[in-house]
Amino acid sequence: MNLTVKIWRQQSAAAQGQFVSYQVKDITPDMSFLEMLDVLNEDLTGKGEPPVAFENDCREGICGSCGFLINGVAHGGRRGTTVCQLSMRFFKDGDSLVLEPWRARAFPVLRDLLVDRSAFDRIIQAGGFISAPTGGAPDSNAILVPKDSAETAFDAAACIGCGACVAACPNAAAMLFTSAKITHLNSLPQGQPQRHQRSLDMVAAMDAELFGSCTNHGECEAVCPKKIPLEFIGRMNRDLLSATLHRHRS
Amino acid sequence: MTLESKIPSGPIEQKWEKSRFDMKLVNPANRRKYSIIIVGSGLAGAAAAASLGQQGYQVHCFSFHDSPRRAHSIAAQGGINAAKNYRNDGDSIFRLFYDTVKGGDFRSREANVYRLAQISVNIIDQCVAQGVPFAREYGGLLDTRSFGGVQVSRTFYARGQTGQQLLLGAYQALEEQIAAGSVQMHTRSEMLDLVLVNGKARGIVTRDLVTGAIEGHAADVVVLATGGYSNVFFLSTNAMASNCSAIWRAHRRGALFGNPCFTQIHPTCIPQTGDYQSKLTLMSESLRNDGRVWVPKQKGDHRKPGEIPESERDYYLERRYPSFGNLVPRDVASRAAKEVCDEGRGVGPGGQGVYLDFADAIRRMGVELVKEKYGNLFEIYEEITGEDAYKVPMRIYPAPHYTMGGLWVDYQLMTTIPGLFAAGEANFSDHGANRLGASALMQGLADGYFILPYTVPNYIASNTLEKVDTSRPEFAAVRDEIDKRVAKLVSIRGKRTVDSIHRELGKTMWQNCGMSRSAESLQCALAKIPNLRQEFWNNVNIVGTGEELNQSLEKAGRVADFLEFAELMCIDALERRESCGGHFRVESQTPEGEARRDDADFSYVAAWEWKGEGQPWEVHKEPLTFEYVHLAQRSYK
Repeated sequence: MNLTVKIWRQQSAAAQGQFVSYQVKDITPDMSFLEMLDVLNEDLTGKGEPPVAFENDCREGICGSCGFLINGVAHGGRRGTTVCQLSMRFFKDGDSLVLEPWRARAFPVLRDLLVDRSAFDRIIQAGGFISAPTGGAPDSNAILVPKDSAETAFDAAACIGCGACVAACPNAAAMLFTSAKITHLNSLPQGQPQRHQRSLDMVAAMDAELFGSCTNHGECEAVCPKKIPLEFIGRMNRDLLSATLHRHRS
Repeated sequence: MTLESKIPSGPIEQKWEKSRFDMKLVNPANRRKYSIIIVGSGLAGAAAAASLGQQGYQVHCFSFHDSPRRAHSIAAQGGINAAKNYRNDGDSIFRLFYDTVKGGDFRSREANVYRLAQISVNIIDQCVAQGVPFAREYGGLLDTRSFGGVQVSRTFYARGQTGQQLLLGAYQALEEQIAAGSVQMHTRSEMLDLVLVNGKARGIVTRDLVTGAIEGHAADVVVLATGGYSNVFFLSTNAMASNCSAIWRAHRRGALFGNPCFTQIHPTCIPQTGDYQSKLTLMSESLRNDGRVWVPKQKGDHRKPGEIPESERDYYLERRYPSFGNLVPRDVASRAAKEVCDEGRGVGPGGQGVYLDFADAIRRMGVELVKEKYGNLFEIYEEITGEDAYKVPMRIYPAPHYTMGGLWVDYQLMTTIPGLFAAGEANFSDHGANRLGASALMQGLADGYFILPYTVPNYIASNTLEKVDTSRPEFAAVRDEIDKRVAKLVSIRGKRTVDSIHRELGKTMWQNCGMSRSAESLQCALAKIPNLRQEFWNNVNIVGTGEELNQSLEKAGRVADFLEFAELMCIDALERRESCGGHFRVESQTPEGEARRDDADFSYVAAWEWKGEGQPWEVHKEPLTFEYVHLAQRSYK
């Protein structure tokens, strides 16, 4: 199949960007979306034009490196799929596609479709961990974890930190990402000692990075490649309220 | 040069304890005066960085990714082994040790493997304390399953995303240390070379992948935790950016390379579909617990799988290996798949595939239970192939997956360059000629959490380390070499893309140094590689400059190193005229076509020394002795 792909080209963070249209030819249905871009890049390189920069690594939907908007939808809109897993069999000959980087103040564009998501790491630094210095752990079966708590923790821990939730949110909120980590750790017995401080600190860090606030659009859940549910934002808000009420005296 | 493995004396079960006691300590108040560079932030790198940061050293961790959480450890699916014996099914530290030595086809060091088995139990404790959401029983206890190549249930898992969850645990511990100021994280920063001062590793030179700046970083110790080299085959299950450059550059600076020909071809991957394909996707081998592998009995049987009656199917693993059946180790399963495909009985487009069938499992357990155990893998399969594996059997084929070879290290995980350590997949230790399933996560975390935090301080305490900074001429000299190399790469402006040359190298390696190797095939590869290297340096086309974010340039540097490394891999494979583990020499097989090891001549680690550009390598041999596990031909019949 042959496609027209309009791609955001921007040489550096400081440079002005613009859309450029390309024709991509002889794409087969068993290629992945990124392999289609590989074909385009081989072609551009042959012509001496700079290839399109986009982030990717594992190409199996787990590292969280990849992600951009296809026709305005993060990861292309197929439920539970990162853009690296997206197959070209869902497109047809003559399709016209627009590719854009994540758009959010907290995610500055570094080049073309590639953005800086280090704000996510700083949210984790604020409290997205259980302090367990190496060596001091009790026997692993000494801590019983109810199966449903473990399942909830896992559902939340499945987040790959790709940033699609932020890109899809009209407010560029990072609440799905932050609530996933808070839900993961706060659901487990091991996470209880730091529960309140974690909730307070991670939400504060999220605000400091200039992410917006949730106004219940649910766009984040719709595009999340790991199907993290909106419900976790509710849990985070409850945990935050509870943490505020339980603040220790200083 | 003599290889000193520094294995402690005494009974095997006391070696690690004894050596921990013998190791020198650094006073807590002095620790912050010492700096440690850790390259890589996967399981081994992140675990070491977090643990050494907690102890109070100044740690600098480098990753070429945008975040340490992207490291390829994240993609491991199946699980992590530990000799907890929670199942009361006969497991023990000795049995895990025994299985690993045997599974590695007697080409690993007993002392290292025993230590790994001992530490395995601490790893699970550590990870649970960090909040890793392992699978649980209804009573709240940890669940385990059995995994490729063993007969006890010792594999702990977190659905099909065990690597992700373990890496996030280590990443979170690392981020906590970054916040505390004990670790400084350098993301989007790729190590391009190692700097030695007076014979000791004292720093690295990196390229800032956003600005292109070439920078020196000095430290007292350098740890490489930079993963394996499966991408020498171009198509592998490794991530796109996984590469051998860090260990290769260290090799060129004097670190010996151990057993480069030991690579693992994983039996259960989705078959290749076309020439444009960029990578192969693994289906966890936990699927082999319940799936049955088969091909048609007749050559060229193109009927749909459902139309082939039971009597015309060949469940070849169950037939050839009745006691292990579908759970034979990876090397055996991969080779058997290749054989049936070579006989013309392969299935799917191009005949390069075998069936992995869940029909019996679904009849036995019901579709719901199959879904609970493997649901995410079936989804991945359907996304890629468009086929529903609940209705038609999966098609699988072997693919390069893991590399047992790596930098030669002693018992302390130090390379032959003083002050340079290698951990995780980047070193050669522990797995011998074949790695058992669920052992990579175990080894990465053992090295990072529980070995380096003892051996690195011991090195610091036992050596006088003069103050070194990046103004030394040694740093300027390496920076200058890198500047020249980058300038050369962007000035070639030839006709071929980096990928096209990498693809050609990969094809050569897969055909000649892949699942089976012969003197003839290896000679053929050795004739081709230098030409391809020349083609690269004369005809590659890299658009753009070195002073910007330039992904083609990043790839080019890695491929240039693969083009050198590939030659050593073939030389090692040629020299080892026996079959062992993942290394199958067609000249060395039993009449039934099983691998035949040659302990009289090849019971050693081949450690290769770089002698300079255009000079032949020199091989050093570390003999392997087996006191606790009786040497035997592996049999899974």
